[in-house]
Amino acid sequence: MRKQPDQDHAKHGALPRSDGGSVYVPVQTRSERFSSTEVSEFPEVTGRELEWKLSPVAKLRPLIDGSLVGGEWPYQAEATTGVQLEWIDRADARVGSAGKPEERASANAWSSFERALSVTVSGEEAEDLVLTRSSLTAVPSAAHTIITARKHSRGHVVLHNTGAAMLSENVEIVVEDGAHLTVVSVQQWDTDAVHAASHFARVGRDAHLRHVLVSLDGDVVRINPSVHLVSDGADVELFGAYFSTAGQHIEQQVFVDHDAANTRSRVAYKGALQGRDARSVWVGDVLIRQSGVGTDSYEQNRNLLLTDGARADSIPNLEIETGDIAGAGHASASGRFDDEQLFYLQARGISEEAARRLVVRGFLAEIVQKIGLPDLETKLESAIEAALVPGPSQEGPSN
Amino acid sequence: MSVLEIRDLHVSVETEQGNKKILKGVDLTVNEGEIHAIMGPNGSGKSTLAYTIAGHPKYHVDSGSVKLDGVEVLDMAVDERARAGLFLAMQYPVEIPGVTVSNFLRTAKTALDGAAPPLRPWLKETRQSMANLRMDKSFAERNVNEGFSGGEKKRHEILQLELLKPRFAVLDETDSGLDVDALKVVSEGVNRAKANTGLGLLLITHYTRILRYIKPDFVHVFVEGRIAEEGGPELADRLEDEGYDRFLPIASAGSATIVG
Ligand SMILES: Nc1ncnc2c1ncn2[C@@H]1O[C@H](COP(=O)(O)OP(=O)(O)OP(=O)(O)O)[C@@H](O)[C@H]1O
Ligand SMILES: [Mg+2]
Repeated sequence: MRKQPDQDHAKHGALPRSDGGSVYVPVQTRSERFSSTEVSEFPEVTGRELEWKLSPVAKLRPLIDGSLVGGEWPYQAEATTGVQLEWIDRADARVGSAGKPEERASANAWSSFERALSVTVSGEEAEDLVLTRSSLTAVPSAAHTIITARKHSRGHVVLHNTGAAMLSENVEIVVEDGAHLTVVSVQQWDTDAVHAASHFARVGRDAHLRHVLVSLDGDVVRINPSVHLVSDGADVELFGAYFSTAGQHIEQQVFVDHDAANTRSRVAYKGALQGRDARSVWVGDVLIRQSGVGTDSYEQNRNLLLTDGARADSIPNLEIETGDIAGAGHASASGRFDDEQLFYLQARGISEEAARRLVVRGFLAEIVQKIGLPDLETKLESAIEAALVPGPSQEGPSN
Repeated sequence: MSVLEIRDLHVSVETEQGNKKILKGVDLTVNEGEIHAIMGPNGSGKSTLAYTIAGHPKYHVDSGSVKLDGVEVLDMAVDERARAGLFLAMQYPVEIPGVTVSNFLRTAKTALDGAAPPLRPWLKETRQSMANLRMDKSFAERNVNEGFSGGEKKRHEILQLELLKPRFAVLDETDSGLDVDALKVVSEGVNRAKANTGLGLLLITHYTRILRYIKPDFVHVFVEGRIAEEGGPELADRLEDEGYDRFLPIASAGSATIVG
């Protein structure tokens, strides 16, 4: 049984899409999508393909087709107990343990990387690891990272991306049985950076993954997390917050594959968009296989359109192959500022500008606060506030 | 002495059926320290008056004026009105996701005073006011109005009244939906605010029970967009006994029959 998305417009002023158009989504079984680690096995990308049609393919072209530099890349990370960092070879058995590319930019990175960075969390006392990449360059590059949480370990890994980038990368995340892992990827790139990433996660028996994406800066940021719940009781939470400003494109195609009994998934992405041609794309594919009896799944995406000229595409898609599930739901809504919220704040003396900042910050805070590192959360909330223009009056002469 | 003067106020809203006139010439003067109760049937325009004073963008002022100490309020933006000393306790306060009560209160106080309040005294005052209103201190870290019960929202409005210290406040059905104990607690909060700051109050209500706790100096009967009668506290009791029939035009009075 397949269900086409319907949309919940419960929110004040909600629209399916900012420009009122609609996106045709052919129903396709996500499980049958082609995958390969060899870039040459993928056909040329025309930009009309389902997985590319909402993306700025021209800007991503060097990552899709070009040759990529694939050596070790610089990062900064404080050594922490319980977390091991090492460069490993392509031939290492850990490579490919979580998933395989389903599109060409991802396969191009896979075919091009020379060494992978392996992050291994072991023990229940692992400290938080913040891995900062700030010294990449505008040379088209490939990267491969493997994050492994050993059985019954507890860990918290943050990838903090800043500076220049023209990067295609794959991030493999393996959460072994009984482990609890949080992986956060923060994008605060330079304004002309282009970043395409695929995150592949494999979550084991009674294991838990919390995955958080926060994308604020960069010209094009396209991060597609896919999670395979492979053993009974596997549990995933996927959160995302993004703020797309004029000319920016932020995209995330999420895929959750319920492939074992009594697995659970929660997906919540929230985005704010501001300015001419600010774009965001969210696709939420949830597949509940016949093996996924007792699945409990819910996904939602909410977008706040702060000005005219911004566009948010939001496409939930649920495929259910078994009748025996605990629950499956989705919600998608894109709306404008709630005038009543602004009025309430202004009626307490708060200026319109400050009221808007408060509302947007609050809207995204719900997601940012899932990171679990208070210092980073505060920094990101400030960054969100700083990105807001003083108000619609800046957008030229209106009314 | 401060004074709020409403003169011949005409207000309309845009509806799908076109422009609809709601306020049809309201005159009202509230002096500092006075309590005015406004009572009137559903749909007579009481909330419209309240929102218009606060500057809600939905309501269009066709003519008339609202002056605070001689200065035209209708020319001010919503936040300017608040900074000039006006406050509206809303009939239906909205939720603001992700914004905590403590952040909201501090932001509002800072905006009103032009500078952040000194932290320690502010925290102490906030805690004290919350305790007075029997609000658990956990409310400070909850998001504004999110998941609050009807009564909790009203307490939160009065908490703001106490902390933000306006010169004039309009309370739009603050008593509706309160249980007897909450009504008492909230009324005490209003009386405390008045004792502390000497503010003027415009109290919109359907029930005389709140007037047993908050004693009005004047009672106004609001019917079809204007004030139909004014009197002292005794008028409220009379309304409770007789209803609004005698103020309504015959055609809309419940007992009217049309003989063809
Ligand atoms: N945005 C609007 N669109 C259409 N009609 C409106 C709008 N706002 C107010 N009205 C109408 O104006 C009239 C006055 O409404 P208002 O809320 O001021 O009444 P009220 O006296 O406060 O009533 P209640 O005692 O029920 O709170 C009502 O008939 C209402 O339906
Ligand atoms: Mg009303």
